[in-house]
Order: sequence, then structure tokens, then C-alpha cells
Amino acid sequence: MLSRTAENLFWMARYMERAEATARLLTMGQRMAILPGAHHRDEWRSVVRATGAGHQFPEGTIVTESDAVAWLMLDADNPSSIRSCLLKARANAKSARTMLTQDMWEALNEGWRKLDSYDVSEARQQLPTLIDWVKTRVMTFRGAAHSGQLRNEGHDFLRAGSALERAQMTLRLLDVKYYVLLPETEVIGGNRDHYQWTSVLYALSGARAYHHVYGGTYTPWQITDFLMLNRLFPRSVAYCYDQLAYRLNRLAGWHDAKGPCHDTVKDMVAGLESQDSGEIFRRGLHETVQNGLTMTNRLGSEIAQTYHFG
Amino acid sequence: MPFHEMFEPDGSIRPCYDEVQKWVERTGIAGLNRRMDEAEAIFRRIGITFAVYGEGGDPERLIPFDLLPRIFTANEWRILDKGIRQRARALNAFLHDVYHRGEIVKAGIMPADIIYKNSAYLAEMADFSPPGKVYSHIVGIDIVRTGPGSFEVLEDNCRTPSGVSYMLENREIMTRMFPELFAQGVVAPVDDYPAELLKSLKEVAPPACKGDPVVVVLTPGSLNSAYYEHSFLADLMGVELVEPADLFVDQDRVWMKTTLGPKAVDVIYRRIDDEYIDPLVFRPDSLLGVPGIFNVYRNGGVTLASAPGSGIADDKAVYIYVPEMIRFYLGEKPILDNIQTWQCGKPDELKYVLENLHDLVAKEVHGSGGYGMLIGPKSTKDEVAAYAERIRANPGEFIAQPTLDLSTVPTLGPAAVVGRHADFRPYCLVGKQIRLVPGGLTRVALTEGSLVVNSSQGGGVKDTWVLQD
Repeated sequence: MLSRTAENLFWMARYMERAEATARLLTMGQRMAILPGAHHRDEWRSVVRATGAGHQFPEGTIVTESDAVAWLMLDADNPSSIRSCLLKARANAKSARTMLTQDMWEALNEGWRKLDSYDVSEARQQLPTLIDWVKTRVMTFRGAAHSGQLRNEGHDFLRAGSALERAQMTLRLLDVKYYVLLPETEVIGGNRDHYQWTSVLYALSGARAYHHVYGGTYTPWQITDFLMLNRLFPRSVAYCYDQLAYRLNRLAGWHDAKGPCHDTVKDMVAGLESQDSGEIFRRGLHETVQNGLTMTNRLGSEIAQTYHFG
Repeated sequence: MPFHEMFEPDGSIRPCYDEVQKWVERTGIAGLNRRMDEAEAIFRRIGITFAVYGEGGDPERLIPFDLLPRIFTANEWRILDKGIRQRARALNAFLHDVYHRGEIVKAGIMPADIIYKNSAYLAEMADFSPPGKVYSHIVGIDIVRTGPGSFEVLEDNCRTPSGVSYMLENREIMTRMFPELFAQGVVAPVDDYPAELLKSLKEVAPPACKGDPVVVVLTPGSLNSAYYEHSFLADLMGVELVEPADLFVDQDRVWMKTTLGPKAVDVIYRRIDDEYIDPLVFRPDSLLGVPGIFNVYRNGGVTLASAPGSGIADDKAVYIYVPEMIRFYLGEKPILDNIQTWQCGKPDELKYVLENLHDLVAKEVHGSGGYGMLIGPKSTKDEVAAYAERIRANPGEFIAQPTLDLSTVPTLGPAAVVGRHADFRPYCLVGKQIRLVPGGLTRVALTEGSLVVNSSQGGGVKDTWVLQD
């Protein structure tokens, strides 16, 4: 397979994953913003921060829902806005078109300029509809890939890209929760803390699943356990790392060769296997998460290097 | 009245259109128009688009599609098939000749200047023979019809004729929407085209190729107006679609960059222009292109299809001599006629053109896609005068042709079947053998009376049927 094609598939999956994650973050933002006193707490700042774009909004000002919707949904200059992600995913798809099934292409091609016609106030008014639209696009795409794409190396690059992006989003959300959301005066385990943790679960579409695994009680360490270490939850860091290891091993099989990325992913999986949530809290969630983000970034560059991306 | 492909002058239906007529009656015009909207939605969803240069608006526009097929009888096709193959052979023979001994010039049939001073002539190709002496591997010949038995060639396209994806997709849409029309099996299938193209390309593998030739399609990239077609053909042939940056030259071979490392490429079906192929040879300022590829080509390490320099054979000034080429190289009588053409570079013909410009169609010799042409009868006096000035300033750059009484094909109007002018582009494949699928692209001018069918000028497309006996 052409290296450029592999790169396009990898990034196409990342952009689709990112678009969906951002859509879910907007839902989380709306949910948190209806808490009493939300205006003073600057909840939307935590949302933009979770996308890695906190620096876009000067400290000391309040980030409004308008700001967040404009920046995260519509902004053409924000490379991570939903609009940019969908356009870039489609551009990647167009370049790798011969590797896509017709259904995958149609999922990306249908209504691809929809967001062009929205301004911020319209987008705010119709936010739930737009978010549903984005999620449906991504799920249709994912379903088309799942049910129709050849299980060749192209599929492995696609799935690796999506696992990498997912792991990063879960890590960033955990970080935002622990160090941004909670004001210093609040007690860990208090009401607001509880509400924020559940918001994180909602943002990852994991609230119901959490109940099934841990029963009705919310504790920070159980939620951390769920999001970092639970191998049944498909957005947990551990699950994503397993996926990455699986996909990279398959790629090594196709090519009969390994690169630095294979060592790194092995270390990442082993690193998580040796921990439990108590240990993560003892060492510091922030440190664990930062380490995770560093490793996933490194893995991304090593994949690019091993498979000769441009 | 121009010849109507569907109706006789007395209003009766030409027999080959019987089935279509019954179908129109059965479905009704309104019903057909509804199906037309469905067809458009399908085209848009699957992303068959064609960007149009210099028009602004939607960069991924759809070419309008018309439901009513254009039909050739088996007998008509036999003539066309023979004529097209004959022309493709002559054009390739001509290309070999002009890059070698130039016999046609020595024989006094063509003036040397028309060839050797032409910008489409590439001195870099002199004395080199591509595999099988094939230069133009896909010859697209634009044909018009002026009467029941008269087919005439409007233009030859020897470089990278586009539009074949429409031939295939139009058929696909028609069979999807109206399976009953095809159930009787009287329409010859065209879906062999990609397989035939791949065979032809493999047949011209370079001397360095060992084993099964690795074929790729080379596109300038996803922003190119014909990108859809490039990816479509690569997909149907099951070969890689590469961009120049995916290729590099090393040790007298061309390689593509794959996830497994470099892989040697044997045959490149290139859909980029000559001057962008190799910045070391043609355009040092170009960021496109593969440095060193031309040298590998000349040393037999790779085959470029079509060959650089093939454009000399489809130049409008050279076109005039194609019937002579057929007699000279093949010793045969031309089966398809040329349209009468005046060369403004010749003083007496220039005089005639300037005196009659309001009745003629004038074109730039190097123009394409319907740009920069004048349709005398449809232009104002001022436009004609302004064009005349351009011709006077540079007569050698212009030719003129009579406005032909082009046939009209049945086209779906809002309330009735109407006649619209059309042309036809078959795609002739040249490898060790010559291959031609029974069909091609019919382009239709959707505006009443208009003679311009180019997609860049708002023309549409329709399915083309060749009936089997």
C-alpha cells in the first residue's frame, strides 16, 4: 500500500473520531452549564481545554457557550473544529478513495458542506440536532468500515488512527477533570465533584456502561479505573492501547517487520497492566495522564516514521 | 432541419429508437423527470463530479445527465469501429514517424514547420521508440454526425482524453434505474473497458519489467478537475492511484513509496500534462513531477502512457492532415471524414476566413475545452470584428470550420422530448492490439440550438447504446 494512502486512512479515522469526541464535549458543556452558578465557574473553558485549545481564550475572561460553539463546531481556522475535522476527513478520503468502500465514501460525502451555512446563533439553537447529525455521520462511517472494508492493512491503519485519537481524548478529559474543573476550595467527592465526574462519563458515552460495571456509586477512583483500566469499555485508555497493540502487530505481520512504534506500544500496554486505580491516585492522576499523552504522541510519530508517512 | 437521431423528417420514429419511444410513452415525461432527479441525487451521493476551471461556484459540480440514450445501430457502429481503429493506427504511425525519420515531411505531404515548430513537439523524444512503438495508448476521437450515413471527425485527443468514467457511470445509472430496458440484451455492454485498459497497459511494459507488470495511474492530485475519473479507473483496474510525490527515481527504475518500502513501477498511465512530468527535463519551476523519470523512460525502465510528445498528433493544425496520414502510412482510404478546415496560416485561406467569419467557427490551434473559440453566426458584429483582429495579429494560431448542421439527439425537456446537438467520443485503446468497447461518451448541448457540448461550457452527458444484431 502507498505510504500516502496509509497516512490518509490513519488521519481520516483520527479526524472522524475527533469530530465525534468534540460533539460529545459540547453535550457535556451544555450539561455542566445548567448547574447553578455555572456562569461564574467558567465551565466552557474546561471544554475548550479538553480539546487542547485553552490558550485560544485569554485567562480572566469567561468562555461563553457562543465562544465554544463558534470555536469547536464552526471555526474554519480551528484545525480541530468539527467542521474542519469533517472537511479534512473527506479530503483524506478523497485522496485514498481507492481504498474505501462505496459506503464509507458516501458516509463522508453526503452533506459534507452542511456546516458551511450555519452561523453561531443558528448553530446554538440547533445544537442537539447538529450534534446528533455529527454522531450519525461518524457512526455511519464507522459502521460502513466495520461491515464492508477489506481486513487488509488499510483497515489496520484506519483502526489504529481511531484508537490513538480515542486514547488521547479520554486522557485529556481525565486531566481536565482533575486539574481544571474542580476549584481548590471544593472537597473531592463533594456534590459538584460528583456531578463533574458524571459529566466526564457522559462526554465519553459511558454513564450507563459505568452503572452496569460498578453499580450505582460514583467514586473518583472507580471512574478513573473505568476510564483508564477497564478493558471492556471501548473508550478506556487500556482498551485503546490494546487495540493499538493489536493493529500494530497485524501491520508487523503484513510487513514482516517491526519498528520503534512496536516497542513503544508494548511498553504502553505493559505500563497500564501493572497498575490499579489506587496506585494511579497515589502516583498522581495528572502525572499518569501526562505520561499517557506524551506516549501516545510519541507513538503517533513513530507510526508515521515506521510506515514512511510524508 | 438538422438530422434528428430519433425522428424521421415525417415525424415517425427511427426503428432503433422504438424501444425508447415505448418507454417514454409508458413512463411519461413527468415520470422521467422525476427519475432524472433521482439520478442526480445518486450521482451527487457517489461523488461523480467534474470541477470547472475559471467558473467559480461549486468546485465539485455535477455534469448534467440526460436520461434518454443516444443510439447507434449495429451497422452504424461497424463503420465507426473500423474508422476509429484506422485513425488510431495512423496517428500512432505518424507519431513514430515525426520522432524518427519524418518521412511524411520528406514526401512533401506535410510542411515541416507545422511539426517541428509546434510547441507540442518534444525534441526530447527524437530517436526514441516506446515499447511496441505505441505513443498514444488511449485515443479519444470526437465525432459528429451530419446525416444518416455521414460521420465526421471534429478532433483527435491523443494525450489524456477524459470522460470515460461517464461512459461507465452513465450506463451504471441507466441499468440501475431502468433494468427492464436492458433485459432483452440488445444493448452491447461497455463494462469491459477497465479490464481492456489494464490489458493494453500491461502489453506495453518496458524492457526492464520482469514478471507481471506493475501498473499505476498517475494523477496531479485530488484537486484536479478529473480526479474522480483518475481514482475511478485506478479502482476498477485494481491498481494504485499515485501522485507525483509518491514516486521517485533510483538506479534506472521508478519506485513508489509504500508502507513496505519502495516498490518498482513498470507502466504509468499518467493523467498529468507533458510539461509537469519531469522538472529536470521540462519545467524546472514545477513542483509536480518526478525528477529523473524521463531519463528512466528513455532507458527502458518504465513506460509512460501516453508517451510525452503525443500532443503533436492531436494539434488542430496537424488534424487537417490525418486523412493524408491514413493514405500515407496505411495505404488505406479514410473511413471517417475530417470536417473541412481552413488554416489561417495560409494566406488565401486566411482571406476566405476573414471574409466569412460571421458564418464560421474559429478556434485557437492550441485551445481546448471550448475555450477561446468564436461561433460566427451566434456572435455580434463587434465580437466577430474583435476576433478577426486576433486572427490577423497571429494567423498561424487559428483555424476555422464551417458551422455544421449537426445532428440532434433526443433529450428530456420539461414537457416533451426535444432535440439537442451532440457529439460523441469513443475511447480507442492501443497496446499490442487495438481494443474498442462498443460505446463512448455522448456529450450534449443542453441549450436549444447551442453547438457547444463541452462540459466546461455547460454541456451534459448521456448514455450511448450500440445495438447488437
